[in-house]
Formats: sequence, structure tokens, C-alpha cells
Amino acid sequence: MDANGIAEVLAAALPGVAVEVAPTVDLQSTLYIESEHLLSVLQALRDRAELKFEVLAEMTAVDYWPREPRFEVIYLLISVENRLRLRLKVRLPGNDPHVGTATGLWSSANWLEREIWDMFGIAFDGHPDPRRLLMPEDWEGHPARKDYPVQIRKKPESGSPTQLTAEEFRANLLKDRLVRK
Amino acid sequence: MGLESNLPDIPVLTTTVERVVQWARRSAIWPVTFGLACCAIEMMAMSCGRYDIARFGAEVFRGSPRQADLMIVAGRLSRKMAPALRRIYDQMPEPKWVISMGACASIGGVFDNYAIVQGVDQIVPVDVYVPGCPPRPESLIYGIVQLQRKIDQQKIA
Repeated sequence: MDANGIAEVLAAALPGVAVEVAPTVDLQSTLYIESEHLLSVLQALRDRAELKFEVLAEMTAVDYWPREPRFEVIYLLISVENRLRLRLKVRLPGNDPHVGTATGLWSSANWLEREIWDMFGIAFDGHPDPRRLLMPEDWEGHPARKDYPVQIRKKPESGSPTQLTAEEFRANLLKDRLVRK
Repeated sequence: MGLESNLPDIPVLTTTVERVVQWARRSAIWPVTFGLACCAIEMMAMSCGRYDIARFGAEVFRGSPRQADLMIVAGRLSRKMAPALRRIYDQMPEPKWVISMGACASIGGVFDNYAIVQGVDQIVPVDVYVPGCPPRPESLIYGIVQLQRKIDQQKIA
């Protein structure tokens, strides 16, 4: 089944959802969908018997700055049962990009979405653990954006030696003894 | 036979405490393992049979900073890793020394970007810089010998 076949199945399953078949150079089926229909489309891709995309192999994003819509989020899906592969893309605006989370459908989406949030600043609504994945937690900005500088002249954070009071030290010691018993 | 045949009748040598301490410190440098990137491969090669840093008394790589005198920062240090490096350094007992191994650890190397610390001397005091990308094991051995010379001249008081 090629991209047109998958688009036909989706059109039959979800009437009213616009599915755009994109031309590719690498023969991989590629579809564009609207971001507001993302979750229902993903659900259909995973659960329809003709498709059964049970593996979310990879998620990534592209920043096409200064084009608008600026971002694209890309889902690479695999159907082991039907021997299908699909590249699903969603266009997102540059101002406040956000899209629904796929963690309810594939748990592998959890860290992938955290990485995209960290690197591109694309928010995933309803994500169970929306922290940064790669950069330090107090980092400012999203480094994989095209308008992020390559070098920042900023002194690296090295932390400071832990200073404990005598009471805290004794409490730590006591806790350690309790754990070891 | 050797030196011992020339010893005086009473087998005693006189020296200063400082000299003995310097000799002891430089002859058994125990590095803490801190391999961060490809430089660590050369560091491991240096400690193995072909280059054999044991000849210079610095072969006992320690997993614990509490038992180490020397930190060889081998590779690029990311900003996220920097607090961990500083913490390991702070956990090492005095006296302690740092070798910055390779271009990345010394000045950031080819990684002239936001994620990499542009020189570990912003985080810890460095005694010897070893240039190279990565430095060959001989370079690192030379760096350790330079460090031994430095330790030999450090006043203990």
C-alpha cells in the first residue's frame, strides 16, 4: 500500500479530515495532516486493521524559519503486521507552536516529545512529564531553532560545593544507616 | 653491582622531608577516570601494555575521586556535565592536579558552540594542557612527566 492507499483508508475512516499526499524523492509514503486532527489520525493509523501502525519509530521536527508555517513535526511509523512505513507530517505556526501528545498511543513518544520540546520549543499538550531531555533543566531557549545563536558568551555553571550543617550531616548519616540495614 | 655497592658502610641517606614528600607525590600519581570522549581512548591506550604509563608510576586509575590525585579531563565537556566535573574535583583529597587533555578540554576544540564549555579551566584549575586532537598516548605521557616535574618543584610548606 502506498501513500494514496493509506490516504484512502484514512479518508474512509475519518470523513472530513484533510489528508495531503506529499511528493517525495525517496519513495517513502509521506502524508501531511492538519494539527487539529492529529490525534484522531494517529489513533486511526494505529488501530485500523488495514494499517496497524503499532510502532512509533521516531519523532522529530524541522525549523523552516523564516517560512510560515515555521515548524513541521514528523512522525515515522512502522506497521510490522502489514509491512508498511509512513512519514506523517504536521505543520505548525512559529508563534506558540503546540500539538497534542502521542504518549497515550505510543509510550515511545514520551522522550521523543521531550526532546522536541527541549530543542525546538514545540509544546505537546497533555504530556505527562514536560521537562527538558538533553539540555540542563534551567536552560534558556531552544537550541535547534534556526534563530538560536551557535555560540553564547556565558560563563558555564559549575555549581558550588555542597555545604551541610552538622545536623544535616548527621541526618544523612542516619538515613544511610537505615537504608543499609 | 649497582648503586648499592657504592653505599657507605652505614646504609643511610640524608635528605629533606620536602624532597621525600615531593618524590613520593610524583612517583605515585593516581588518576581518576574521567574520560568524556575520543581522548579517553588514547588515555586508555596510554595505560595499557603498549605505552604502559606504569613506567612512570601513574597507572592506577581509580573509579573513586577519594583515592585519586590527578584528574585527566579527556574530551569535550558539555555545560550540563560541568557541575558533575566540578563535584568530582571537589571530592578529590588535596593535593590534587588536573591535566586538560586535547583541544576540546583546553579551548573547546572544533565544538565552538553553546553546548560545550570553551576550556575546562573555567571550571577547575588546570596544571598541564596536552594539545592534540586527540593527543597520542606519547603526548599524554609527556604531559604526565611535565606534571611530575611540576610536583617535584612544589613547596610543601
